[in-house]
Amino acid sequence: MVVRWELSADDGRGQNNILAYKILRTPKLAGPFSTDSATAGADYHLFSSPGTIYNAAVWHLIPGEWDTLGQVPLGSSKYDNRGGKQRDAKDFLPDATPFQYKVIATTATGGQGVSTVSAPASANGQLIHTGKVQYIGIPVVIFTALVLGFISVAKRGRELYIRPLAGIGAVDEAIGRATEMNRPILYVLGLGAPDDIATIASYTILSRVAKKVAEHRTELLVPCYDAVVMSIAQETVRQAYLDAGRPDEYKEDIVYYVTQEQFAYVAAVNGTMLRRQTATNFYLGVFYAESLILAETGSLAGSIQISGTDRVTQIPFFIVACDYTLIGEELYAASAYLGREPKLLGTLKAQDWAKGLFLIFMTLGLLGAALQWNWIVSMFRMSF
Amino acid sequence: MKRQLPLIIIFVCGIFMVFQYFVPHENSEFLYEFAALDWPPIIGVFALTLGIISLIRVSIAKIRKREPNWPFSIVTLVGLTAMIVAGLPWFGGQTSPAVIWQFNFIMQPITQTIFSLLAFFIASAAYRAFRARSVLASILLISAVIVMIRFFPLGPFTGAATWTADWVLNVPNLAAKRAIIIGVGLGIISTALKVVLGVERSFLGRD
Repeated sequence: MVVRWELSADDGRGQNNILAYKILRTPKLAGPFSTDSATAGADYHLFSSPGTIYNAAVWHLIPGEWDTLGQVPLGSSKYDNRGGKQRDAKDFLPDATPFQYKVIATTATGGQGVSTVSAPASANGQLIHTGKVQYIGIPVVIFTALVLGFISVAKRGRELYIRPLAGIGAVDEAIGRATEMNRPILYVLGLGAPDDIATIASYTILSRVAKKVAEHRTELLVPCYDAVVMSIAQETVRQAYLDAGRPDEYKEDIVYYVTQEQFAYVAAVNGTMLRRQTATNFYLGVFYAESLILAETGSLAGSIQISGTDRVTQIPFFIVACDYTLIGEELYAASAYLGREPKLLGTLKAQDWAKGLFLIFMTLGLLGAALQWNWIVSMFRMSF
Repeated sequence: MKRQLPLIIIFVCGIFMVFQYFVPHENSEFLYEFAALDWPPIIGVFALTLGIISLIRVSIAKIRKREPNWPFSIVTLVGLTAMIVAGLPWFGGQTSPAVIWQFNFIMQPITQTIFSLLAFFIASAAYRAFRARSVLASILLISAVIVMIRFFPLGPFTGAATWTADWVLNVPNLAAKRAIIIGVGLGIISTALKVVLGVERSFLGRD
């Protein structure tokens, strides 16, 4: 909802002492309202609008109480009250619920001028967020088309050149080294949630690694931080052993749960590295402060280390402490490299083309800003 | 069907989440809260039981086989049992004095000790990284020195040192970070598409 007002007579003229405008709103609802302080405390107010019960203490929708929405500087005569539809968010704006607004002009010395209260107005959630469609939806559709196009090209058998990645090339070598030394391989999936894309990418690499490990009959250790991640990893490794034709080699203890306490997990993994003298360590997934502690311990233990994460702040730590590091997107690409399947390689090619498009648009934006081509600059100005 | 069902579920959920992002309607947000926010904790509780069983089984196996440092597994099992028992409702629940004591005087000091190792590991990693063995390593060393001397009192040169360090951080460093972030963004979309469309299915154990 857009709130508009006339500028104060003292804004830039008159006494010229207006500093800002505060915008306030209150719900204008017909009763009956009820309070259930006995069960949820004195500050817990429930009130009902047609068909809906709202927890006013969370949503700042207490009838008769004015909630400050924000402040705009002098010279402004408009405020855009954008609310969300997520019920527990602070900016929750319920459907078909009338609100009244008022504006307070404030001065540097604490003086205030209060406007009249507006007539009630309500908003309804739209079916499509046009701003998101314009700035996110269309680029995602273009990228999806590129991905599908290159998958189709790859399926037709055309050879696609993919830049080699040293970290991926070293996977076979690292597994071979562990086999020769008769020492285990450690695979750390990181501290990410099971639905983090980096963790999903790590499952796919784990699958490829586990298959090769099963073929070489090497020992694999996968200590997990999250119980759901552990369950998925167990299934992934079990299937990899099955695909390798060695289901009898799979043991439940390969993938095991440690703890969901960050540094207790680090202590357990470091202990495993030092006690078992792992020949190769993989750190692939989401990592935080533990990245350097893990990688340095592995380095001191003399293990070959291959790491990869999409957390920009942790990449430098891995680079200095590991032998090979997959930087950012290379983590997502690793599965395709290991599998060498045309369909997966096609998606990598689409990413390269999308980066090319990004470069073109960034150059256009730079030129537009430098040469004051406002129509180009406005293309990049997101407003949602 | 055993092969197809997981892919169908992934496809339907993935497409729902994509459309939900562009639909700001109250009902869409409600479905998102129900499907994406309320379900994972429920699944997590069941998975945690599996996790605890896994931890107990691995620890008992280590004790039984007398693997190297097997007594640590006894400590693990004793710690697990002590924390669970102390947190039972009959002993005061999650805020019982025994739980608080174990947390404050055992858990916290141990985890803080592990975290504090980071300071020493940063020093050893920095020593390795900053050895000027090649042109690139030398550039890294010079950049690090420039950023570090920003914090020294250099009298009349303090302003110049701060400006140079800020330039290193805000121009070449930020450019590299943004390039990685753009790549990560594209990689995320690409991986999500591969998973939703069933192109990438190796994590299901089937190529």
